[in-house]
Amino acid sequence: MATATDAHHDDHHDHKPGFVRRWLFSTNHKDIGTLYIMFSVFAALIGVGISVLMRMELQQPGMQIFADGQMWNAMVSAHGLIMVFFVVMPALIGGFGNWFVPLMIGAPDMAFPRMNNISFWLLVPAFMLMVASMFIGEGPGAGWTIYPPLSSNQFHPSMAMDLGLFALHLAGASSILGAVNFITTILNMRAPGMTLHKMPLFVWSMLVTAFLLLVAVPVLAGAITMLITDRNFGTAFFKPEGGGDPVLFQHLFWFFGHPEVYIMILPGFGIVSHVISTFSRKPVFGYLGMAYAMVAIGFVGFIVWAHHMFQSGIDVDTRAYFMAATMVIAVPTGIKIFSWIATMWGGSIDLKTPMLFSIGFIFLFTVGGVTGVVLANAPLTQILHNTYYVVAHFHYVLSLGAVFTIYAGFYYWIGKMTGKQYPEFWGKVHFWLTFIGVNLTFFPMHFSGNQGMPRRYPDYPEALTAWNFVASVGSYISAASFLLFLYVVWLTFRSTEKVPANQWGAGATTLEWQVPSPPPFHTFDELPRVR
Amino acid sequence: MRVSDGKRFGGAMGGLAAMVAAMAAAPARAEGMVGMPHAWGMGLQEAAGPIKEAIHDFNTLVFSIIVAITILVMLLLAWCVWRYRAEANPNPSTTSHHTLLEVAWTVVPVLILVVIAIPSFRLIYYQDRTPNADITISVQGRQWYWNYTYPDHGNFNFDSYPIAESDLPADQRHLYRLAVDNELVIPVGANVRVITTGYDVIHSFFVPALGIQRYTIPGRALETWMRADREGVFYGQCNQICGTNHWFMPIAVRAVSRTEFDTWVAQARTRFARADEPAAPAVAAAQGTVQIAQARD
Repeated sequence: MATATDAHHDDHHDHKPGFVRRWLFSTNHKDIGTLYIMFSVFAALIGVGISVLMRMELQQPGMQIFADGQMWNAMVSAHGLIMVFFVVMPALIGGFGNWFVPLMIGAPDMAFPRMNNISFWLLVPAFMLMVASMFIGEGPGAGWTIYPPLSSNQFHPSMAMDLGLFALHLAGASSILGAVNFITTILNMRAPGMTLHKMPLFVWSMLVTAFLLLVAVPVLAGAITMLITDRNFGTAFFKPEGGGDPVLFQHLFWFFGHPEVYIMILPGFGIVSHVISTFSRKPVFGYLGMAYAMVAIGFVGFIVWAHHMFQSGIDVDTRAYFMAATMVIAVPTGIKIFSWIATMWGGSIDLKTPMLFSIGFIFLFTVGGVTGVVLANAPLTQILHNTYYVVAHFHYVLSLGAVFTIYAGFYYWIGKMTGKQYPEFWGKVHFWLTFIGVNLTFFPMHFSGNQGMPRRYPDYPEALTAWNFVASVGSYISAASFLLFLYVVWLTFRSTEKVPANQWGAGATTLEWQVPSPPPFHTFDELPRVR
Repeated sequence: MRVSDGKRFGGAMGGLAAMVAAMAAAPARAEGMVGMPHAWGMGLQEAAGPIKEAIHDFNTLVFSIIVAITILVMLLLAWCVWRYRAEANPNPSTTSHHTLLEVAWTVVPVLILVVIAIPSFRLIYYQDRTPNADITISVQGRQWYWNYTYPDHGNFNFDSYPIAESDLPADQRHLYRLAVDNELVIPVGANVRVITTGYDVIHSFFVPALGIQRYTIPGRALETWMRADREGVFYGQCNQICGTNHWFMPIAVRAVSRTEFDTWVAQARTRFARADEPAAPAVAAAQGTVQIAQARD
């Protein structure tokens, strides 16, 4: 996008408050963004750690390291919830969103800086409750989908499930406040001249994401509140013996849960658009199509939820509708994939680390996308529902999709955020190690799923050993690549190589490349003007 | 949708099927097909009935399309990375619009989806329920075993528990986590109406070789159907997280000839005579506690 600015900042009186005021009482979008990213990395250590334990258990048949199925179920649930609420969302929305939405629209900060602070600090107790729940009683062993009756007090009598639900409540409140903040900021605080149709695509993606959060998360809050009262106060929203209905919970959960998966991937779409454009030295192809494809995905994402429930006995006409609606999502997604390729077409491509992660993302997201088309078909979910095919599908779009965009964003922006240069060589090694590791982990899951291996199994018939062994080896490589990433972070912070305001040259056209690296504590004291 | 075109070894994997078959070394017992996963198996489990065969046909169509799309994207990316690398193309173009192209990549996917959707719609209505059921069976998932009732045959019912590894004969150890004590017996070629009901938590009745899956939900009775056209045993597993032994409540459906079925029914009516009072299971979930116990050994 051809934006220009006349803001040349050299903030010489760059006062920063003391440690406590700066990091605990922070109201600065950059510092809060940094807190979110650090939080996400820390939570990822636990989330990845659990996944390695699970793959160790599954490396061969038999129960090796988990005491029983309940402990396994608790770990599976914790892994899912931690990765969704405490790794991917904080990194993409709280982290990169906080850092770069104000910078990209030329705003001095977020609209509600103190609310921004509470958004982050609600996440910390939420995470503590979530982790604590793993160690109490029987643990929250009902899957991340927490379907009653399994999540009811009859089958999960201890406090663990309640702690998990409170964790979701707090994380949800954090998300809602964050969403309000982003919507207000983006709609009201764009620099003069920056119309909605000139807004960078990452900001578009955050705007759509924030609306999804604002509409979806309260529904989750309602559902889990009903679950909490069912568990503790004798109500019967989801108990058939009291006139309730377990399937009602599934509807409410997935009305939240399906938009939630777009919440996790849309910001990544935004990041990838910028990275592809920057390293192809070409403007994004089909900008408006890209922006409205995200709006379309966000909208349609709200009317497809029951495709998660094809085996829950919803009637066949309803299944037919949800099947058709779900397949529609492939269209805007296809527009995005082809527009990214068209952006590269005719460009002058520089395969720096962020670009590698973005190209890897396009390919892997395509794989996860087409298996999504398979799973949209109710006749096929008859045999694929809840199998490892589903596990493969959603890890391709999240573990390989969303996480690749997080890495792309990290390498793209770490120079901007810290003013230090990441090591290009180790970045590329990190990319290839991750690429090999995650594919080795998740590709064989398509096969074990086709063969009928159900998910959330700590043990399996010995015929399934082969692919499980391959997947476990892959997960060890992936875990090693995560440790290598931490090493890259360490190398970056030790680096003495300074990064200029615009380290990527002519391809990087958005406003954050107009301010120094790292940006001063307060940016845009004088509003830039976008022509 | 042709439903009689028996595709073997998961049509989905096309050329890989032969390889899979070679590696599978199916531990088949003499009396017919065994529906279970195979080592290094990549495609869908072999079909034993018309629903699964129809799924194979449809899956082959969808699979061909998604592989073609994936290869297309991969080739386009590879071409871009090679042809438009900075050394080869130092001056990037500034093209950022091409209306015809944008319309094309919107309309073509829509057409592809229509090609997928039409057979898909026909198939879900076919799978949903059968208009002319020969027998009806009621399936109930319980923590952590299955309970089957035969309302058309005197309403006898029985529990189906997994068999512990130590109780399996040496030549059947590979069936551990699949084998059960009392199999669900159905006649070959009969349309079996399946009614699923819930008991404690949600389970899912899932038999891949027959192409059937349905949740068993407390407070609901759901109907679907299945038919086995080949004699044999078809294994499945509970497919909805249901507590500590979720992984250890397998399903075994044995399809036998009509005469064998009648003999079995006669025996079963005596053997499971106390049908009307559900047998108190050894590890029934005590109300208000979570059972961490192993399922019956």
